[in-house]
Amino acid sequence: MSDSATTTPTLPKDLAAEKGMVNVQIDGHWIQVPKGTRMIEACKMAEKEVPHYCYHPKLSSPGNCRMCLVQMGMPPRPAPGEEPKFGEDGYQEIGWMPRPVIACANTVGENMGIRTGGDLVEKCREGVMEFLLINHPLDCPICDQAGECSLQEFSVEHGKGTSRFQENKVKKPKNVDIGPRIRLDDERCIMCSRCIRFMDEVADDPVLGFTDRGTHTTLSVHPGRKLDNNYGLNTVDICPVGALTSNDFRFQMRVWFLKETPSIDVNCGTGCNTTIWTRGNEIFRVTPRENNEVNSAWMPDSHRLAFHEIHSDRRLTSPLTLSGGQHASTTMERAVKEAALGFEGLPGNEVAIIASARGTNEELLLIKKIKEALGTDNLVLIGRFGESDGKLISADRNPNTTGAKMVLGDDNPFEKYDQIKGDIASGQIKAALVIGEDLTESGYSSDELSKLQHLVVLNILSNATAGKAHVVLPGASFAEKRGSMVNVTGRLQRLNRAILPPGESAPDWEILSALLAELNPEGPKPQKIQDVFQMLADEVAEFKDLTLQKIGDLGVQVKDTGETIPLLEKERKRIENREIVG
Amino acid sequence: MPVVKLQRPTLTTSEKLTLPSIFKGFLVTLGHAFKSLAGKSRGADSLNGSGLGVTMQYPEQKWDGELPEYYRGAPALVTDEQDRERCVSCQLCEFICPPKAIKIVPGEIPSDDEWAKVEKRPKAFDIDMIRCIYCGMCEEVCPEQAIYLRKDYAITGLSRAEMVHDKEKLYEIGGKRVGLVNKWNELK
Repeated sequence: MSDSATTTPTLPKDLAAEKGMVNVQIDGHWIQVPKGTRMIEACKMAEKEVPHYCYHPKLSSPGNCRMCLVQMGMPPRPAPGEEPKFGEDGYQEIGWMPRPVIACANTVGENMGIRTGGDLVEKCREGVMEFLLINHPLDCPICDQAGECSLQEFSVEHGKGTSRFQENKVKKPKNVDIGPRIRLDDERCIMCSRCIRFMDEVADDPVLGFTDRGTHTTLSVHPGRKLDNNYGLNTVDICPVGALTSNDFRFQMRVWFLKETPSIDVNCGTGCNTTIWTRGNEIFRVTPRENNEVNSAWMPDSHRLAFHEIHSDRRLTSPLTLSGGQHASTTMERAVKEAALGFEGLPGNEVAIIASARGTNEELLLIKKIKEALGTDNLVLIGRFGESDGKLISADRNPNTTGAKMVLGDDNPFEKYDQIKGDIASGQIKAALVIGEDLTESGYSSDELSKLQHLVVLNILSNATAGKAHVVLPGASFAEKRGSMVNVTGRLQRLNRAILPPGESAPDWEILSALLAELNPEGPKPQKIQDVFQMLADEVAEFKDLTLQKIGDLGVQVKDTGETIPLLEKERKRIENREIVG
Repeated sequence: MPVVKLQRPTLTTSEKLTLPSIFKGFLVTLGHAFKSLAGKSRGADSLNGSGLGVTMQYPEQKWDGELPEYYRGAPALVTDEQDRERCVSCQLCEFICPPKAIKIVPGEIPSDDEWAKVEKRPKAFDIDMIRCIYCGMCEEVCPEQAIYLRKDYAITGLSRAEMVHDKEKLYEIGGKRVGLVNKWNELK
């Protein structure tokens, strides 16, 4: 190779340049990375960890924490007229710089060398850690971040065991109320400025900033303003220490007790990817999970706090049937039998199904089967539309409208709303099955509902419609069942079960398939959720060859609806402009 | 590893018959019985015997005074000189507890409280003494010097619920402990 190297372009630098890559030596190993990659990302590709605080791939890199210092080297510049010398392996010799550089804001170059370890780098990290810890309070036992705190982690890995600091620590405001959902502790802040940059660059609401100088630098809100943006809680997620904590999760539970379940948000059509944090049978918090095709790494506050209704007192925990004007609890088997009995003998135009686009694809498929078993055309979904917030909240407030259209094979499943409402009011429709909706909230009066001879309600919370029902079936919330949904852009995503349904409530698909078996004894009898998905894969062209397992945690694009998520569009532009790594 | 061959003792004919040895044993016991009746049992004084032999009459008589400093009895919460409850409900003891005997519900200290700057204290602190194995891990892990294993060892109750020590009971057992690190002082 060495004799041909001078004549033909087989040097590693030329091979890499053909692909738009450069060669970088990281801790002694040569790898190829795309041109323009940040050094910290190149190290990540080489599976070498570079500790950092201020750097976040979704935000600009000010390089102010100095934690990611690494040693860097480039080939020496040839003297005028001198040809660069290549070694046996085709690389130039690296001349190591005597001073470290930050890995987060510098990009790689051809024949660059990076050392993420060694005397110089380790001494630098130790020094930076010591400075960061000088004024940091010993709050860990009362700090919510303990257990997921980068400062704790890196001080174990790169810090000293003891402090040499003899003087008194600088005092700063503690327990500051900076917004309705967020608490600030300035003493814990390490001035990484991630929250400031997030509010400025992603949330477009630059209310945070630093005041004062030197050791007295303090994070504060703009005078007269509050951190009340609907994306504010994301700053709590990206805060590497416990300076920003969520009022909702504050002091509820230590993070090391919590189990993480990947799932998706069900409060709007975007379907932000989430992690559900549970202990035992209780949800403690919901945080966004990174998915660059759906929600980047963020989610709106209103959606992440919506899980509280799962644990509300209004939760239905037992099947109920009406006897003598009173609801009495019964077994699921009897309730389903009674629910089916009420539909017996009624012709198709006298029954109706009012379902929800909040249901999973699996549930909607079973609803379609029930519709066929009842021989009716009266199936409507309740639509929920609002305004998009220009970021992550979609105008469609139902999480599975796209999926419903695909599963039901109906481009406008909301169309029959007026017709069915009219038929119920006129007494034409005598029996109805209402799934996951409170009809009194969507325009029905309780008088209209009283006209029904048989009303079956499947829901998770008790409400006015359930109060009128002859049979109430307790379903499971998004965190208590498995299933799949398709978001506004046409991405098939998966819900996972984080906790068990309370009491005798059960996953909706189980109840619906029991009801289907009563109505149509010859019909399909799925035993598990995978069976229902198999039925979906057989019936819906877009789901062909897919299984729940194949969907994975990040979802699968099954359709192109033409809809876009505004926040992602903005982020893509910033990546193009090389403002962020993404 | 070197092999050591043990030489089995060679028994005499009377020993092989067993019965004579049993009667020898009876004689020793009888000797001690007469000695104890005469009040001359060896070690009766040092072991705080009841007068008849060396037996201590528990629970009328107790050996509590002799328990060593490091004795590991029931775990309990302590308050300090300033009557502050030292526990900040960091839940490390709940985490470390091998039999999962500890259950803590953390709570926030209201802003009008004297110790509002500590921010956090337990709303409820239960130790299930049926589960507790007196290992002392909770004391070892506590970053606030708030939980100690005291010398109480006779933990009894008539029901499972009675065997759960709640916060009040834990402070009652623990009492006040002085001379601990005053971490939440005015410099803080």
